[in-house]
Formats: sequence, structure tokens, C-alpha cells
Amino acid sequence: MSSDDTPVIRIQAVSLRYGNTLALADLSLDIPSGQRVGLIGPDGVGKSSLMALITGARVMQQGRIEVLGGDITDVSHRHAVCPRIAYMPQGLGKNLYNTLSVFENVDFFGRLFGQPEAERQQRIAELLASTGLEPFRDRPAGKLSGGMKQKLGLCCALIHDPDLLVLDEPTTGVDPLSRAQFWDLIDHLRERRAGMSVLVSTAYMDEAERFDWLVAMDDGKILATGTPSELRERSQTETLEAAFISLLPEEKRRDHKALVIPPRSSTGTAEIAIEAENLTMRFGDFTAVDKVSLRIERGEIFGFLGSNGCGKSTTMKMLTGLLPPTAGTAKLFGQIVDAGNLATRQRVGYMSQAFSLYAELTVRQNLELHAKLFHLPEAGIAVRVTEVAERFQLSAVMDALPDALPLGIRQRLSLAVAVIHQPDLLILDEPTSGVDPIARDRFWELLAELARRDQVTIFISTHFMNEAERCDRISLMHAGKVLASDVPAALVKQSGEATLEAAFIAYLKKASGADSVIPAGTPESSHTDVNQPTADSPQSSTHANDKLPSMALDSCGTSVSRTPTGGEAVQIGNPADLSGIPCRNDEHTSNSTVLGLPPHTPRFSLLRLFSYTRREALELRRDPLRGLIALFGTLLLMFTFGYGISMDVENLHFAVLDRDQTSLSNNYALDLGGSRYFIAQPPINDYEELDRRMRSGELSLALEIPPNFARDLERGNPVKIGAWIDGAMPTRAENVLGYVQAMHQGWLLENARQRATSRIPGGLMSIETRFRYNPDVKSLPAIVPAVIPMLLMLIPAMLSALSVVREKELGSILNLYVTPVSKLEFLVGKQLPYIAIGMVNFFLMSALAVFVFGVPHKGNYLFLTLAAVLYVTNATGIGLLISTLTRSQIAAIFATFLVTFIPSIRFSGMLDPVASLEGGARLIGESFPATHFLTICRGTFSKALGFAELQSSLLPLALAIPVIVGLSVLLLKKQEQ
Amino acid sequence: MRHTLLNIFYLGVKELRSLRRDTMMLVLIVFAFSGQVYLTATGVPESLHKAPIAIVDEDRSPLSERIVNAFFLPHFLAPDVIEPYASDAGMDAGRYTFVLDIPPNFQRNVLAGRKPTIQLNVDATRMSQAFIGNSYIQTIVNGEASAFVQGHRAVASLPVELETRVLFNPNLSSVWFGSVMEVLNSITMLSIVLTGAALIREREHGTIEHLLVMPLTPFEIMLAKVWSMALVVVIVAMASMVFIVQGLLDVPIQGSMSLFIAGMLLHLFATTSMGIFLGTVARSMPQMGLLMLIILLPLQMLSGGLTPRESMPALAQNLMLAAPTTHFVALAQAILYRGAGLGVVWPQFLALLGIGSVFFALALARFRSTISSMA
Repeated sequence: MSSDDTPVIRIQAVSLRYGNTLALADLSLDIPSGQRVGLIGPDGVGKSSLMALITGARVMQQGRIEVLGGDITDVSHRHAVCPRIAYMPQGLGKNLYNTLSVFENVDFFGRLFGQPEAERQQRIAELLASTGLEPFRDRPAGKLSGGMKQKLGLCCALIHDPDLLVLDEPTTGVDPLSRAQFWDLIDHLRERRAGMSVLVSTAYMDEAERFDWLVAMDDGKILATGTPSELRERSQTETLEAAFISLLPEEKRRDHKALVIPPRSSTGTAEIAIEAENLTMRFGDFTAVDKVSLRIERGEIFGFLGSNGCGKSTTMKMLTGLLPPTAGTAKLFGQIVDAGNLATRQRVGYMSQAFSLYAELTVRQNLELHAKLFHLPEAGIAVRVTEVAERFQLSAVMDALPDALPLGIRQRLSLAVAVIHQPDLLILDEPTSGVDPIARDRFWELLAELARRDQVTIFISTHFMNEAERCDRISLMHAGKVLASDVPAALVKQSGEATLEAAFIAYLKKASGADSVIPAGTPESSHTDVNQPTADSPQSSTHANDKLPSMALDSCGTSVSRTPTGGEAVQIGNPADLSGIPCRNDEHTSNSTVLGLPPHTPRFSLLRLFSYTRREALELRRDPLRGLIALFGTLLLMFTFGYGISMDVENLHFAVLDRDQTSLSNNYALDLGGSRYFIAQPPINDYEELDRRMRSGELSLALEIPPNFARDLERGNPVKIGAWIDGAMPTRAENVLGYVQAMHQGWLLENARQRATSRIPGGLMSIETRFRYNPDVKSLPAIVPAVIPMLLMLIPAMLSALSVVREKELGSILNLYVTPVSKLEFLVGKQLPYIAIGMVNFFLMSALAVFVFGVPHKGNYLFLTLAAVLYVTNATGIGLLISTLTRSQIAAIFATFLVTFIPSIRFSGMLDPVASLEGGARLIGESFPATHFLTICRGTFSKALGFAELQSSLLPLALAIPVIVGLSVLLLKKQEQ
Repeated sequence: MRHTLLNIFYLGVKELRSLRRDTMMLVLIVFAFSGQVYLTATGVPESLHKAPIAIVDEDRSPLSERIVNAFFLPHFLAPDVIEPYASDAGMDAGRYTFVLDIPPNFQRNVLAGRKPTIQLNVDATRMSQAFIGNSYIQTIVNGEASAFVQGHRAVASLPVELETRVLFNPNLSSVWFGSVMEVLNSITMLSIVLTGAALIREREHGTIEHLLVMPLTPFEIMLAKVWSMALVVVIVAMASMVFIVQGLLDVPIQGSMSLFIAGMLLHLFATTSMGIFLGTVARSMPQMGLLMLIILLPLQMLSGGLTPRESMPALAQNLMLAAPTTHFVALAQAILYRGAGLGVVWPQFLALLGIGSVFFALALARFRSTISSMA
């Protein structure tokens, strides 16, 4: 391998702080190019932070990092080198999209890097085959096991040929076989792309042994650098693990001693803690767990090993009662596992594979909450929390939030929570994945103590062979079945292999037969001359690759794995396969190499934009319910409001306190009750009743006709009729007032005409009212065109409002940080599918208005459609803007309600014209898009208008788009802060 | 029993702590109960407020001038006196809700008792102003005409006066009404969003799985969410009532605040249960957002807080009897504006209790049956 003299990464005096904690302390380091560089160190010493800074995912606070010959803080350099860097973040599939399938996830990344279809297909096929994910290509990423997610994450990172590959604990939670495959894949890539630099952080020391150069870190500083053998020599130790421990400062390794687990003393008559019989779990046609039977005695440490996705976690979940088994029984302490059995749960401590504690609570609050929920004695809680915190070395981070902690420390917290109530049984699903070696030993010390001293039963799954060796018994699981259960040493012996790892792999290979999941082949495919730079375009490499069967990688993949103690290499593989298919040769590899000439990355690329559109649309398609709610919800609401909202105030309840009781007074009341506005209620008898009935809201109007009403009227004495109006709802009261006055006038006129002969009847003139646009003054024609703008704001905004914040909350926003996609491409790409849905909604609603409600559309429909496109773009843009502003999905939902609900119902002219509004409401009304679209909607629906009359309302809608999108782009961050 | 209560308490405290971390959410909550209430209360006017009117004066007589000058704030904007041809354009563009056309020789014809006709054009798509404005304009024009004519000849009238007294809100101030109704809206919205979304959040982050392996029952988990979120809402709602509604907006509250709080608690019991129910139905946060939108919109718009209930179609009225907001709005109006006591509002209390219990039972049943699939 050629290694350039100039380092690939130059770190100069870099410091990084999170609040008060110093994550990186004035760190300087040159990382040689063209090498596999390992970053090792305990949890939380700044490895991940350093990697995030190198890839530009995180904002640099202090110092300078040069990557691939330029300052990474320089935006244009970052943009230029972005496609040459691949970054796989820590965490099980953090940057994946759970609803998308395996294939679609990788495909999405391929599109982001602008790969043409054929090249992409070929690369994906290759990657999936070599990671063993091929059989699962259509499974949603969310349904993969932790290890499989990890593999998928790697595929996504490797879809383009990077010059610098940054992997943050890539093999955490990956089974030994897959780990071997994984490193073969990396080796293979390095062959194909000579000079590729790889920077990896890992907790596996046997992996670190394979690296060319190591950087040992502690406390944000560099402890030592050098090749693995140099480090071993320097510390005069046999293994890297020992070397690493000896490199640590005195106080950190003081407590560390070689771990010895005392043998189990009592066996035979012990109580059975876990008993599973033919435990089976099926998800559809997929059998995740197939007739698993287990008997674990009290006080036993029982290890559970198996390939990723073989059903270990599912089995554990059935034992905890989280999943009811499809068939078979599970018993804990002789009692059938039942979700309702709280007493048993009190005795069990469970730690799930993915972090499942409260990210919003501090470490201390999490510990205390669990202590309280398990009802530890009040007085003992503080003591116990301190005790556990010390045991798991959490004391320094007690007030930190879990999200701010590295994976290893989060795992410790989960463990601490699992044991806080001193359970009799611990079910631990890969508890030590991602935890550094020293902490792992400490943890095992604790397990040993619990098991031996307190007779706690421990059921643990792990991918660390040295941990498996510490168990009293282990089970090997594959494809839902238990292959073998025995004492570790016995299993090794039976298999005839030298180590447990080899035995494990042998078992798996035997079980899967000629399964294509396991790549066969032997090493020795070192082509040192592949690094001739060629200027071939990616297209030509595609053609070259097309000629080659995609199984080339399978046939010459290298499978080297080392025993936990380091040293001897175990070669696995099937030589027969090798003879059959030729290894990939120089010609192919050099053809597919485009080293030194990274493809030009344009500032703006429609391809990248559409890749986000596609992704968003796929997610929508995976969640058909969401689309259905959006469409049917629209219809439902349209019906509800079309028929439900009545603008004419009528059917008002009134009653009369008639203290005259003559035919004349009766006539007055009848006149009122005869109109469609008022409905007469039983008469009122006295003032007290009047007060009560008004207070209850039963009556909107109460009339009091005074005693001697008819007589006084006859005599020409002034008479007063009292009208009490319920003012609680001013709109209604005003209407009542208006109606009652008009009716009073009418009654007067009528009576005057009847009785007065000499006098000229009233009425100086007549007012002829023409109700325009809606001559029958019906609610429907007024309301329906107004409901369309309202719903077309609320629903599209709500649809798009979660799209960005969701990525923030679930972690996949990282893809924006580390891929060449620009903020504009990201936002607009996401917006397009929602605009499409919005338009479907629009057509649906306008059809409903015309054909179902019978509200004719009189104006220019084409114009209305054009306005609707602009308006829906506004609405979805507002949703996206909210999404970029908020940090949690709950806040985004609530903000969307606040921003769209009231303004579109109250401030946009639906009920009251904007001209009548006051103050802030007026201002919001004038600038809110719904106002302008409402004018257009009413104009074309009821007033038969078109472009000429309504263009002044179209302009604001068009102008708002660049403003909203521009604001979103401004507020969106392309780096983690 | 003691354990159950303690669990409910601890889990509720956890909910409160979680909420406290979300600064943005807290800001939004405060805004919903302060800024939004203020904006809506002061911004949305009485139904006939600053109604835009134009007058085509083809008479140009003292009487027509008198009529033009009779329209003034707050009911009407000062009228634009326009030419006849401008009338249609102005109405088309939505500039005027009303255009009054005074014909030539109007004054002469009135005085001569020839009963001339004035034409009033009303934009009937603006239903809220159309009716009420029409009757106001009729009264105003008639009034001006008879006052003008009074000096010239006798006008017939009967000596019956209608003395109107508006109870509970004598000036028909829309601030009184709008502010309180907005607080009610925010109460409903917040309580449903908080509980429903919090449940989905637990599910999406996998934390529900953790609760399920602990000695906790779905009942405890659910009740914890109900009490904690209800507490948050009660506190902000009361702060809003005291500082914004009574303080800043100077709205007098007639009835007993504690009775109102009791009613609010019953309402929250129902809405938080609804939120949890929705949380068990939706499978992801985006679904939840839409679902809440579709539920909340009718709850808010048809509750009687926006348009009078009695004017709605019978079907809508009856369906909305199942919605807690209908009863909450009714009892809030009765207590806060009309000073009603328990003797008056007990049917609403009972209805809320019933609706709440049904939703709680539904939510609990669904929570129990779906909780295992949530992990």
C-alpha cells in the first residue's frame, strides 16, 4: 500500500467542550494516510467527538483540523471533500430510516452521492452480499436486530468509494462471524481503492490488533501512538488489551486486576430459575424463535450466543413477558410468565439491547426513578443510588443527560438501572456492547459477585468470546434454534476447534450449511499494484463491473479472525469455492478506481434533491394510514364544517314573562316565536325564574311584558317592553338584538296600520337588500370555499411539520451533516411529496364542493389550481419551517397547531373580514397566506372572478415561498452544534 | 394500594421532568396561554366591527350626506363614497362588505312621501357581517330619514318602547368572550397533545419497553400521564385566567373560580384520556399529529365557543353532545359569565364525568391490549 507522506488528517490544538466538561483538551495529532488507523480508549474519552469533528458533523470550537488537504471548517473545502469521506456514526443504526427496507436505505445513500442507476444497483448487490444482508433486502430497517442494523449502517457508509472512511465503533453488537466478514469487506475496499485511509474506533482489542497504526486516547488527550507491536513492546505486555491497560494513568488501572470467576459451588438440587419449553415466536410467516427449550438454575451465569438476528433478543423478550410467545411456555421461578404478574417482575432486572431509558432525565433521576418504582425503602434509595453509581463509575456524570454520554457509559447506566433493585434474575441483552475492556471486567466482577454470593441467576447475551468463556454454560443459537448448550470448554472440545470463537463459527457454518450468508474463501488477494490512478469515469467502472458477476467479492473475501487472546489467525472458508470462481483481478479493480479524481460535486443537484423526495415519499408509502388520514380526514372535516358550521344565527331560545296576559301581549310573543330566528320556550313566571333560566344559558332572550300593557297602549300611554339578552356570547347577543329590534318595529308598524286610520302609516322609504354572490344567504356557499383554505393549510402543514424534527429526534439528521446534500436540496426535496398530497387534497375538496355540496365554481378553475399550488407550497413550507425550529416532535405538533389553527380560522377572513380585525391579529391576518388564498377561493367560487381581478392576492402567495424557504434554509444547521 | 399510588406519583413526576427539558415546548405553552389569548381576544372584534362599507351617493342632498355621516366606528369603517362603476369591483375584490346606493332625487322623493327605494348590496359570503349589518344599516338609514323628516311632517308611531338590557356582558365586549374561549381552546388542545404525543414518544424511544418489565400496571402508567399533564394544564390555565384574562384584559369573572377549576379537572380527565386513546391508535408521531388535527378541529369549532350551538344542524348538535368540549364550553360560559352555581351547571359536570369515564375506560382497555405491541 502506498502511504503518502502528507497525513490524511492533521489535528492542531483542538479543544471541545460540552457545557462544563472538556471532551477534547488541546489535542494535536497527525494521522498518516493510506492506513488503517485504530482509535482505542475507554468510554467517554472523546473518541466519538474527535471523529465527529474530523468528518465535519460537529461544529469546531477551538483549534484546526485539516482533512484531505484542507481546513474542514472551510465550507467550500468541506463541500468539496464531503463525497470523499464516509462516516458511520456510533449507535445501532442511528442514521438509518426505520420504515425503509434494507435495500431502500442503501439506495437512498447511493442517490445522495449521485450514482447512476446501474452503478448503484451493482454496488448495493455487492455490499448486501458481502455483509450477509442480501436475504433481508426487503425487510424494514426497524425490524432488523441491532447487529444487522450496524451492518446496514456500514453498507450505507460504503456505498460510495471514499478516500477517508471514519467508523465509530462499527462492530459493536456484531457477531464474530459477521465481524470477520466486516473487516474483509473493508480490506477489499481498500484494495479496490488504494490509498484509502480508514479511521476506526473500537472496543475490541483483537480488532485493534489488525490495524496498521493505533492511537490510544484517554481524557481527551493522546496517550500513545504506534503500531500494535510497538505499543505492546513499549508496555512490555503480551496482549494489546494488557498494553492498553498499562498505558492508562495510575488511578484508572489501580483497581483493575485479572478477573477470576470462582467456580459454582452448589449444583444439582438447585431451584430452576428459568425454564422454557418449546418457546416459539412467529411474526407472520417468519419464525424468529423456533422451539427453544432452556433450563437455567438459580445462581447460574448462562451465556447466550448467536449470529445477529438469530432470535436471542426475541427469546429474552418472551422471558420477560414483553412478548407473548406464539407457542410454548416460559416459566420464571416456576411461575408461568404473565404480563400481569407484578411479583415476578419485581424479581427480574432486564436490560434491552437498544438504550431505553429516559433521555430527558439525568443519570441520577433515571436511577432514582427506577429505585422508587421498585419500591426500595425510602431511606435506602440515596445510598443505593450512590453505591450503584460508584460501582458502574457513573459518579462523575450523575447530572448529565444520557444523550450527551457516549455509548459505553449509557450502557453502564442501563446496567446500573437493571440491578438497582437487587433482582434475583438478570436478563441482559448484550449489556457490554460498546463498553471498554476495563469497564467490562468491572461489570463481570459484579456479575460474578451477584451470582456466586447472592445466588442471582444471570441470563446474558454477548458477542465477546472472552465473556462467553466466563459463563457457567452457554447456548449457541442460529436462525431461531438452539444449536448446542453446554459448558464452554465442552463445546470447544466437541467441535474439535482450538478456541471458542472458532467453535462458534464452526457451529454456525455447519448449521447454515452451504448458506450464502457466510462468505467462503481464503485470504491472499493482496494486489499492491492496484493503486494506479485512473481517470475512468464512474460509468466506465460500471460497465466493467457489469461484466463481472457480483459474487466476485464472495469468492475472494478474506476471513481472518483472531482469538480473544490475540495472535493466532484462524482461517475459515471453503477452498472449493475459490477454485471455481476467479478472484477479482487487477483489471477490474483498477477500472473501478477513481482515485485522485473525485467526481465533481455541484453546489446544487436535482438528483440529491429527488433522493430526499423519494425517501420521504417511500416513508409515506410505508405508512399508508398517514396518507389515508390526510385524505379521509380532509373529507370528514369538509363534511363536518360544510354542514356543521352555520353562520346564520337562528333557532334562538326565548321565553316571555307576560304580566299582562291579554290577547295583545300574547300576540306580541307569538310574532316573535313565529320567525325562524326564535323558538319559544315555556313562559316565565317570575323574576327569580327569569334569572335562573338566563343564568343556565337556556334562554338567549327573555321578554317582559308589563302589567296593563294592552290597556296603556289603548290609552296612548307610553309602554316599555323589557328585553333581557344573554350577552355571554356577543355574536349571538348582537344578532338577538338586531332581530328583536327589527321584529319590534315590524310589530309596531303592523299594529299602527291596523289601528290608525287617520295617520299615515310609517315607512318613508324602502331598502332593497341584494345579497350578492350567495343570493339565498345560505351557509354552505359561504362556508365551503372558506373551509378549503383552512384545511389546505392545516393538513399539509401538519404533514410536513414532523419531517425534519423527526430526523433530529431519531438521529438520521446526521445524514444531512455528513453527505453532500445541501440544505436547500434537503428541504425542498422533503417538501415535494407533501405538496403532491396537498394538491390531491385540493382536487378532492374542490370536487366535493361542486359535486356533493352543490356549490358551483363560477370562476377560472385553472387559476384557482395555480393559486392552490402556491398556497400548498406555502403551507408545507410553514410546516418545514416549524420543523427546523423545534427540537422535539411534540413541540413541532403543538407549534403547528398554534401557528396554523387560530390564524387560519380566526385571522384569515373565514368568519370575520380581515379589515375588521385589530392589532396583532390584523397584522397576522394580512401576512398569513390563508387570507390571500381565501380571497382567491371565494373569488373564483362565488364571484366568478379570474386572474385579472385576483392577481393582487396571488402575488403575496408567490412572494411568501422564497421567504419561507429562505428562512428554513437559514435556520437549518448543516452541523451538529 | 400504597404502591400503586406511589408508582402513579413517581411516574407522573417523571413526566413533569421530561416536559421541563423541552424548552421550546414550554415557550409554546406559555405563548398559547398568553400571547395567543391576548391576540385573539383583542384582535377578533364583535361581529359587526369596522365593517367596510361604501356609499354611492347619486343624490348629493343634505339627507344623503346625513346618511353618509351616520356610519362611523366601531360598527362601521368611515364609508368610502364611490362612483357607481366602482361598486362591483370593490365588492369583487372583497374591499367592501356593504355598498349602499342612494338613488338620484332621493331626498325629494322622501319628503314627497313617494317612498323611494335605496339599494343595499351585501357580500353574502361574509355571513358573519351580512345579516347583522343589514339590520343595522336598515335601522340607521331609517332613523336618519325619520329624524330628517321629523321637522317637515308628522310620522306615525306607537308609544311602545323596547327597552333592551344585555345581561352578563353589557357592552357586548368581544374581549370578554374571546379571551376566555381562547383559554378553553388552549386547555383542550394542550391536554390532548401532551398526553397523546408523550405516549408515542415513549414508544418511539423504546422507553415504554422499560416500564413494561417493571412491576407497573398499564393503569398506573396511564393515570400518571393523566394527572401530571392535567396538572400542567391547570396551572397554566389558571395563570392565564388570573394574569391575562382578569389582569391584562380586565375581564370581570362573575362566578366561582373554584367551581370552574372543578369543571376543568373533569374536562381534563376526559381530554387526557382521549389523548392516550389516540396515542394507542396512532403508530407514529406523524400519524398522531394528523389524527389530533382531525379530532381537535371539530372539537373546537363545533363546541359552541365559535358559533352558537343552537344554530347548528340538529345532527351536529347531537353528535357534539358526546364531545367534552361542548359541555366544558357550556359550563365555563355559565360559571364565568353568568355566575352560575353548581345548581345550574351540574348536568354539564355529570356529562363530563360520564364522557371522561368512557374515554378513560376505552383508553385503558386499548392501552392494555396494545401495550405489548408497543415495545
